[in-house]
Amino acid sequence: MDEDDCMVSVAKFYLEFTVGESCGKCTPCRIGNKRMLEILTRITEGKGEMADLDQLQNLATVIKDSALCGLGQTSPNPVLSTLSNFRDEYVEHVRAHKCRAKKCKALLTYTIDPLRCKGCSACAKSCPAQAIMGETRKPHVINPYVCIRCGMCISRCHFGAISVI
Amino acid sequence: MEKKIKLTIDNRPVRVAPGTTILDAAESVGIAIPTLCHIDLKGTCVKNNPASCRICVVEVEGRRNLAPSCATVCTEGMVVYTNSARVIRARKTIAELMLSDHPNDCLTCPKCSDCELQRLVMRFNIREMPFTGGEQSARKKEITAAITRNMDKCILCRRCESVCNNVQSVGVLGAVRRGFDTTIAPTFDRMFKDTDCTYCGQCVAVCPTGALTERDNTDRLMEDLCDPNKIVIAQPAPAVRVALGEEFGMKPGSIVTGKLVTALRYLGFTKVFDTDFAADLTIMEEGAEILKRLKAFLAGDKSVKLPIMTSCCPAWVNFFEHNYPDLLDYPSSAKSPAQMFGAIAKTWWCERRNINPKKVVVVSIMPCLAKKYECEREEFCPDGQPDVDYSISTRELARLIKRANIRFTDLPDSDFDTPMGESSGAGAIFGATGGVMEAALRTVYEVHTGKELQKIEFTEVRGLEGIREATIDLNGFPLKVCVAHTLSNARILMDRLRKGELDYHVVEVMACPGGCIGGAGQPYHHGHVEILQARAAAIYREDEGKAIRLSHKNPDIIKLYEDFLGEPLGERSEQLLHTHYFNKQIQ
Repeated sequence: MDEDDCMVSVAKFYLEFTVGESCGKCTPCRIGNKRMLEILTRITEGKGEMADLDQLQNLATVIKDSALCGLGQTSPNPVLSTLSNFRDEYVEHVRAHKCRAKKCKALLTYTIDPLRCKGCSACAKSCPAQAIMGETRKPHVINPYVCIRCGMCISRCHFGAISVI
Repeated sequence: MEKKIKLTIDNRPVRVAPGTTILDAAESVGIAIPTLCHIDLKGTCVKNNPASCRICVVEVEGRRNLAPSCATVCTEGMVVYTNSARVIRARKTIAELMLSDHPNDCLTCPKCSDCELQRLVMRFNIREMPFTGGEQSARKKEITAAITRNMDKCILCRRCESVCNNVQSVGVLGAVRRGFDTTIAPTFDRMFKDTDCTYCGQCVAVCPTGALTERDNTDRLMEDLCDPNKIVIAQPAPAVRVALGEEFGMKPGSIVTGKLVTALRYLGFTKVFDTDFAADLTIMEEGAEILKRLKAFLAGDKSVKLPIMTSCCPAWVNFFEHNYPDLLDYPSSAKSPAQMFGAIAKTWWCERRNINPKKVVVVSIMPCLAKKYECEREEFCPDGQPDVDYSISTRELARLIKRANIRFTDLPDSDFDTPMGESSGAGAIFGATGGVMEAALRTVYEVHTGKELQKIEFTEVRGLEGIREATIDLNGFPLKVCVAHTLSNARILMDRLRKGELDYHVVEVMACPGGCIGGAGQPYHHGHVEILQARAAAIYREDEGKAIRLSHKNPDIIKLYEDFLGEPLGERSEQLLHTHYFNKQIQ
């Protein structure tokens, strides 16, 4: 794990596991973990609010305090530790809609640098969503509303013209 | 003397016996910790203690996390806080989480104002729903003859599962799927009607929310009462009159027979008769059957089926039809009192009054939900006309009374109509476990020995113990009797009978804990066994207050036999008052 990992996504990854493993017996684990996962998903999709962070903190504390077994009592740990050590990353997701590790797809924008683009159309041909348009030999553009952020265009571009912000 | 454990709860010193839970210890000093999944009808086997809802968590000094007070045993020197900020926040959050997976239709919910979740929400001062999110959608809804199931409202306390498996040993309800998708349902998510469900309704009696409720017949009854072409007659069961008052804020154990009759008249019933009368009739038939089998047994007939088992309880009838189809000869063939009443009302009463039975609607008011199913059994609907048209529960009657603008507590007393309103004390005690046995013993003793009973009460068959046995001296013959309540105890007896190890002569079985007083149609007891005890005491008080305390001395019963039936087990009785049982085993 390094700076290329998004801490919100890491917490979400662990939560997906515990939600899948929950037996469903006690309330905090059965419903609480599910709600935490829903909040984390919202944040990674850029739909989070600052109040969500407080709610996460509260939920995680209560679940850890009150769940019946070891699974429930430890499932909030990734949330609690990322919230305390990487709170700025959460805030960035919520306020600036940015994921600095570039892991949260919904928060990414693919753009073509017109100065570097030669207009070879390799990117447009490879795009599965047909989000890239432009005349041959002229700079192309990506329609952000159609783009599915798959990264195919970057791997095809020979000129390093496409970047993610 | 046993050493007591000393601990502190909310800075108050407490001394309790070893093994006591924090919940009970707190209760002993007047600290009422909120609970939800926990239920414990002390003295009976009704108990659910999975520690799964986590509402009852408390803070224990030195412990890392919060402790569920219902399942944590007190230890020496423990320091407990039940209302610290940490605890209160956890409790409130947990309740809010439950609400996030629960429909917000409290206003129209049948459990509104009697719902334990709703009470917690008020108690925790929850004024908004902070959590939203996906709700479980795969849960089923079903309306059976007796029970309405709406599992969207289920909070997975699993009380119904405990009752169905441990108390009734029917094993229909259990958890299906896991995690957030968990739902409580019959195996493979089948419908109730495709299972061994006996419709005892004990799952309804313990459900804290509106997930499991009775099938509501009140609208149907309202319509019938307003129809000038219909003659609607009522028959309230023995256990209804000692519980109905609770719905109107009266003390548990209040006897409201007179007010009940008045209320039924005000509601518009043409005649208000009494199931107690039919209980006396049941004793005449069942008593005669006991004596017949005993005589054959004493004469050396080896083929006679003993013990004879009572057959008043419709859930118990369903239970043995589903589980013991090889032993269908043992239970008495006598119908339940409610069905006997229906059969007599639609024949004798209609004939004597020159009334077309098709115009008559017989409504039974029962502490029971299985009675609703019983009314729909084909054998009780000769020519498609049911003997008892339908049944409503004690709770439904209370709702109707409130809806009809009747102030119940202020009502004057009145008497049942004749000729099916007179009853003996023996009929009255049918409502408590051991009551049918005691009533039968009173008549069997006098008829068999020809002597008058010196002491009318057979207190040895009373009580709340699961299986009780007694030996009664019948002119030198030791009559061995046994009384069981809850179906898990019935299963113990039936398994012994199948192995040939049962040496009783008469056995009484009631499906609900405490007998009909603990029936699923009664006002909710919310886990307070004192309420059941008060109702049972009231039933026996009612018996003591009766002038006639023996079924065969009931003048209306004597008249019925003289005028119409002839004799117990006679041709007409067999036709109208007896039934047969079917193999309903699910392959």
